[in-house]
Amino acid sequence: MNTTQKFSQQQIFDLLEEVKDPEIPVISVVDLGVVREVKYEGKKLIVTITPTYSGCPAMGVIQMEITTALLEAGIIDFEVRTSLSPAWTTRWMSEKGKKALKEYGIAPPLDNEGNESDLFGEMPAIQCPHCGSKNTGMTNRFGSTPCKSLHQCKDCLEPFDYFKCH
Amino acid sequence: MKSYTKYDPLVEYVLRSADNTLILGHRLSELCGHGPVLEQDIAITNISLDLLGQSRMYLQYAAQQIGNNETEDTLAFLRDGMQFRNCQLTEQPNGDFAHTIIRSFIFDSYHFYFCQSLKSSTDSSLAEIAAKSLKEVTYHRKFSSEWTIRLGDGTAESNERMQKALENLWPYSGELTEEDAVDAKMAAEGIGVDLKDISGSINDYRNNILERAGLKVPEKVFMHSGGKKGLHTEHHGYILAEMQFMQRAYPGLNW
Repeated sequence: MNTTQKFSQQQIFDLLEEVKDPEIPVISVVDLGVVREVKYEGKKLIVTITPTYSGCPAMGVIQMEITTALLEAGIIDFEVRTSLSPAWTTRWMSEKGKKALKEYGIAPPLDNEGNESDLFGEMPAIQCPHCGSKNTGMTNRFGSTPCKSLHQCKDCLEPFDYFKCH
Repeated sequence: MKSYTKYDPLVEYVLRSADNTLILGHRLSELCGHGPVLEQDIAITNISLDLLGQSRMYLQYAAQQIGNNETEDTLAFLRDGMQFRNCQLTEQPNGDFAHTIIRSFIFDSYHFYFCQSLKSSTDSSLAEIAAKSLKEVTYHRKFSSEWTIRLGDGTAESNERMQKALENLWPYSGELTEEDAVDAKMAAEGIGVDLKDISGSINDYRNNILERAGLKVPEKVFMHSGGKKGLHTEHHGYILAEMQFMQRAYPGLNW
């Protein structure tokens, strides 16, 4: 094991590409926008991550999996830091990540879903990830994980998750 | 038996938010698997999870300020009732769905403006927690407001139950915006929220929703208070008994 080898930032990002969200195993923590910064402080590698939702139970697992990935690459001198600010937003999700979500059956976040504090507000049409129809409706603003809401397609009738804007 | 503990003003202040979110989060978690319908069961547990997450951030910060080997876990699981600083509203029982919704509506309408204002705190830790929380609280407020309207403006029975819940819980609404010496000191230092400042927005918001819901704000109500000072209603002890049992029975237990 070569502890003095210095991985470039890009190499670290490539490594973290292999760490997936434990609850949505098709999207990496990099594509999700959870990894905010990779840098060296002297010889020590610092990876800064930010939580999606404050109570997200996946964060502990993500931190552990990043640690494992770095150790497996032979990196010993590192620290995984958590930072709250700036607060995570779905705008940080990469296009690649959004595409992977859709293929997995989860509708990716729209750029703008209207005023969040609008009561009973109509959401813009969310495309069904199964058949592509935009004739869909929300069944529940809260879904199987904090980051998703529950929808149903009125054409193919399949229920689906939508990764809501945040 | 630990009796009354006085923390320094910043810790007192942080614990109020920590405990409001912890206790209400715990209350809502009691509905996991018991919600009236599956969708609302999921919604309420999601909200509970958000609140517990927010509580952890406040508790970690409070523990760091106290030092002395205090951690988020010791603060949550090893403090006694009088050391808790949550407002009495948050510890009130779930009751029927009307009570659950009205309690959340009263809290969320306060919590939204509180976080919005705390976002500009001169204390960067509090400002960060507030900015993070506000995104979640926006959803919470929307959820409880929509249900307040839906049930208030629903059937004769749902309206009656909502009005009854409002009358039972309204007396606990005052404490949220009641300013005491700690609030005043923190607001003056730019760390805390000026409760006088946000009261107007909270009232306007509540009045608007309650009017749309066809519910009447109770008049000439005696407002309970004391939670911020560690004085709680009898329900509080039962929450702690359940929440703290494992750590009391098996100290230091891990999973």
